[in-house]
Amino acid sequence: MTKKELLSEQALHIILNRLACELVENHRDFSDTVLIGLQPRGGFVLNRLRALLGEQGFERVDTGLLDITFYRDDFRRRENPLSANQTRIDVLLENKRVVFIDDVLYTGRSVRAALDAIHSFGRPKEIELLVLIDRRFSRELPIQPDYTGQRVDAISSERVSVEWQDEAEKDSVYLLNTTHERA
Amino acid sequence: MSELSVNHLLGIKHLNPQDIELIFKTADQFKEVINRPIKKVPSLRDITVANLFFENSTRTRLSFELAEKRLSADVVNFSASSSSVKKGETLIDTVNNILAMKVDLVVMRHPNPGAAVFLSQNVNSIIVNAGDGAHEHPTQALLDAFSIREKWGELKGKRIAIVGDILHSRVALSNIFCLQKLGAEVMVCGPTTLMPKYIKSLGVQVSHDLTEALEWADVANMLRVQHERQDTRYFPSIREYARQYGVTRELLDSLNKEITIMHPGPINRGVEISSDVADGDHSIILQQVENGVAIRMAVLYLLAAKKQMEFSA
Repeated sequence: MTKKELLSEQALHIILNRLACELVENHRDFSDTVLIGLQPRGGFVLNRLRALLGEQGFERVDTGLLDITFYRDDFRRRENPLSANQTRIDVLLENKRVVFIDDVLYTGRSVRAALDAIHSFGRPKEIELLVLIDRRFSRELPIQPDYTGQRVDAISSERVSVEWQDEAEKDSVYLLNTTHERA
Repeated sequence: MSELSVNHLLGIKHLNPQDIELIFKTADQFKEVINRPIKKVPSLRDITVANLFFENSTRTRLSFELAEKRLSADVVNFSASSSSVKKGETLIDTVNNILAMKVDLVVMRHPNPGAAVFLSQNVNSIIVNAGDGAHEHPTQALLDAFSIREKWGELKGKRIAIVGDILHSRVALSNIFCLQKLGAEVMVCGPTTLMPKYIKSLGVQVSHDLTEALEWADVANMLRVQHERQDTRYFPSIREYARQYGVTRELLDSLNKEITIMHPGPINRGVEISSDVADGDHSIILQQVENGVAIRMAVLYLLAAKKQMEFSA
C-alpha cells in the first residue's frame, strides 16, 4: 500500500476557513440553519467548522450527527456489515435549512441514504451538501456538492483518507493505493 | 466486530460475549430510532418475517411485531389456536409450508424445550427463539441485561438476584447465561420446591431467604409464579408465597440501599411484587418493555445482515 499526501495541514486549514466563510455568506446568522455531520467521518469536519464559525462570532449554531447505517442500499450485499454509529439530532428540522457535512464524496450513495434518513426528523426547507473532498468522475448517483473543499481525481483502487489530529498525529489528506475493494 | 457469530438466535448459550456487546451497541442506535418522530428505518424492507406462536403471549409478540415493522419488514402472524396444527400437522410441515410462501425469517415460541434448535436443524430459514418451554428466552435475557447496563453502566461485577419460580422459568435460565457471560454475579432465590435440582452446577448462588438475597443484590429480577406450568402444588398458598417471596415497599425501605427491581411480565400484583413497588421509583419494568423493541430490532437486523441477498433469474 502506498500513501501519498494530497493536502498538507496548512492547505487543509485554508480550505476549512474558506468553507466556513462560504457557509456564513449563504446562511448569514444561522438562525434557520442546522449543520448535520454524516457519521462516522463527517463529525470531524463538522467540529472543525463549528470551531471556526465560533471564532467568527457565530457561537450558537445548531448541529447534529446523522448515522445512515440502517438506510444503506448495500445491506445484505456487502461482505462485511458496517456497525451503526450514534445519531444525535436534538433540534426539529421542520422548515430548517439543513447542510449535510461529510469528509469525502465518492459514489454519492451515503448522501442518498442520508436524504432518506433525514426525513425521520421532519421536512427541511432545503438540504445542501458540503464536502471536504469531492472525488470527481466517480459518482453513481446524480448528486453534487454545494460547497467543495478540494476536487480530487482518483481511480477506484485508490482511497482518499482524511486524518484528523484528534485521532492521528496531524490533520492531512492522503491518497492510498490499495488492492482492496473500495470502501 | 460487526457480525454475529451465529446464524440463528436459539439461546444465549450459543452466543459469545462479543455477540452480546454487538447486539447492545446496535440496540443503542435503535433505541434512538424508536424515539424519533418517525420511528421507522428501511433496512429489512426486502425481508418477510413469520411470527409463529404456539403458546400465548402478549408482550413478546407485540414487541417482535413492532420491531419487525419498525425495520420495514413484512410480517405474517400465526397462532396455534387458529391453525392446522390442531388438525395434526407436524411442526416441520407447518414451517416448510410457511417458508414455501417465501418467508425469510421465523420467530417462534413453542411449549417444548428445544423446539427452536430442532427447527433450525430441519428447515432452511433464520430462526429466532421467542421462548421454548422452560428452556430459553434469549431476547428477554438480552433486554434485561441491556436495561441493567442502562441503569448501572456495566454488568461486570454487578450482583443480580433472580427471585421466584426458577424451576419453570426460561427467563431465569437465559438470564443466568447472559449475566454470567457479561461478568455479573447471579443468585437465585425461591422456595426449595421451585428450585431445579442441579441449579448449583450453573455456578450461581442459591438462597431461600428473600431479605438475604435483596441485601446482597444490586438488582432483583422478580419472576412470575407460572401456575400454568405447575402440575402439582409447590407451596401451600399464594398468600404464603407472597409473604415469603413477594417484594414490598416496607422490605425495600428496610434495606436502606440502592436497588433496582425488574420484572419480565406479566405481573401478578400482590404476589411476587406489590403494586407500590411495581409502580415505584425502584422499578424499571416499563423501561424493560421499551428496551425490548430496540433489542429485538437489533437481533433481527444483525441476523438478517448475515443472509446475503440472492439475485437469481
